[in-house]
Amino acid sequence: MKYVEEYRDPELGKKLLEKIRQYSHKPIKLMEFCGGHTVAIFKYGLRQLLPPNIEMLSGPGCPVCVTAAPDLDKAIALSKIPNVIITSFGDMVRVPGSYSSLQQAKAEGSDVRIVYSTQDALAIAQENPDKAVVFIGIGFETTAPTVAASILQAEQEKLKNYYILSLHKICPPIMKAILDRGEVKINGIIYPGHVSAIIGAKPYQFIADDYHIAGAIAGFEPIDLIHAVDSLVMQIEHDHPMVENTYRRGVKDAGNIPALRLMDAVFEVGEANWRGIGMVPGSGLNVREKYAKYDAEKNFTIKTAPSKEPKGCICGAVLRGVSTPDKCKLFRKTCTPEHPVGPCMVSSEGSCATYYQYGDGDGR
Amino acid sequence: MCLAVPALIKSIKGQQAVADIDGVTREISLQLTPEAKVGDYVLLHTGYAISIIDAEEAEETLKLLREVAEADN
Ligand code: SF4
Repeated sequence: MKYVEEYRDPELGKKLLEKIRQYSHKPIKLMEFCGGHTVAIFKYGLRQLLPPNIEMLSGPGCPVCVTAAPDLDKAIALSKIPNVIITSFGDMVRVPGSYSSLQQAKAEGSDVRIVYSTQDALAIAQENPDKAVVFIGIGFETTAPTVAASILQAEQEKLKNYYILSLHKICPPIMKAILDRGEVKINGIIYPGHVSAIIGAKPYQFIADDYHIAGAIAGFEPIDLIHAVDSLVMQIEHDHPMVENTYRRGVKDAGNIPALRLMDAVFEVGEANWRGIGMVPGSGLNVREKYAKYDAEKNFTIKTAPSKEPKGCICGAVLRGVSTPDKCKLFRKTCTPEHPVGPCMVSSEGSCATYYQYGDGDGR
Repeated sequence: MCLAVPALIKSIKGQQAVADIDGVTREISLQLTPEAKVGDYVLLHTGYAISIIDAEEAEETLKLLREVAEADN
């Protein structure tokens, strides 16, 4: 596939890694924020290929994983309301909430449908005018504009039975929250490529300026990731932290202006509940009053019991980068991709699922 | 979840386009990339083009990396 194969060139990768080995001297910790990056790093064995002074940590960039139990419980409660059809991305359906999951609700008779796109959810709303179709809106800035677009489309098409449960989250504030906790000392961050395709480079600048942490926006092929590590190592060795865009083919420094406008038209920034971290101000997106008729929270009475975390699951600590899946007592024993205990084992890009599939990625 | 793959735009009708994704044809939305043209590659995420791939930048990046890889110290 064009724009993929060239960035998998093993010869180029080997030579670039050799360069990194030559000029990387300081012992450093780099965090890849995005779960998609974690998967790519493990899949291509990059952790083992980097020199031993470079340690890689995984961050909270898996939207399914960071969805907090009380929010999941809301989605499940909505599915129990008569004449409601729940539409959701696939992974979300399998995540255990406090007492059940959407999958279990479906087995008990709820109408829960997996969709690939909000376009599919809109089509279901059109085909079922006497039912209420609720889309479970999870995802970061990559996904939120697509959900905003669906609300505007529903408006255009005068759909009266389409709703969003907005659990969207935005990335820079959670990076700040993690840095402010001070639990992990990070020297550089690999910024999420497709979040950046929407928001651009500027929203990360405060991390270089105020926290003196190196940064590189990266694509998802092995050469992209090596390029980003190369940039981070250079910044750190020269003590010159910045936000370098190493994914220029996909990310404009200014981001995607039409998408940002759309997102801003439909959503306003508010607080959001992150698994393992809690409420973080300014890190969530709520449907604006103007579009309240599409907001599931405002149109349904959602009753949930007090939430609880899966017993023994350390997913929260894994998401903060302070622990790793292999430290969890349940990992590979009671918790497997077939029988996940926590969300980090459900999502294909959750750290636990990635460790399960590719080993702990630290062969040295 | 923020997965996006390159898709080649074959035809456009309003805000919708037909795109080729590694040999598979499907309909995608251009609501977020209204300036996309037939022949452009876009990054496709959950049915929406979220960015137009910049062919020049793609070449530049590879050229730069090859130079770095071959440079003497
Ligand atoms: S292995 Fe399972 S139980 Fe343990 S932290 Fe990961 S998701 Fe939670």
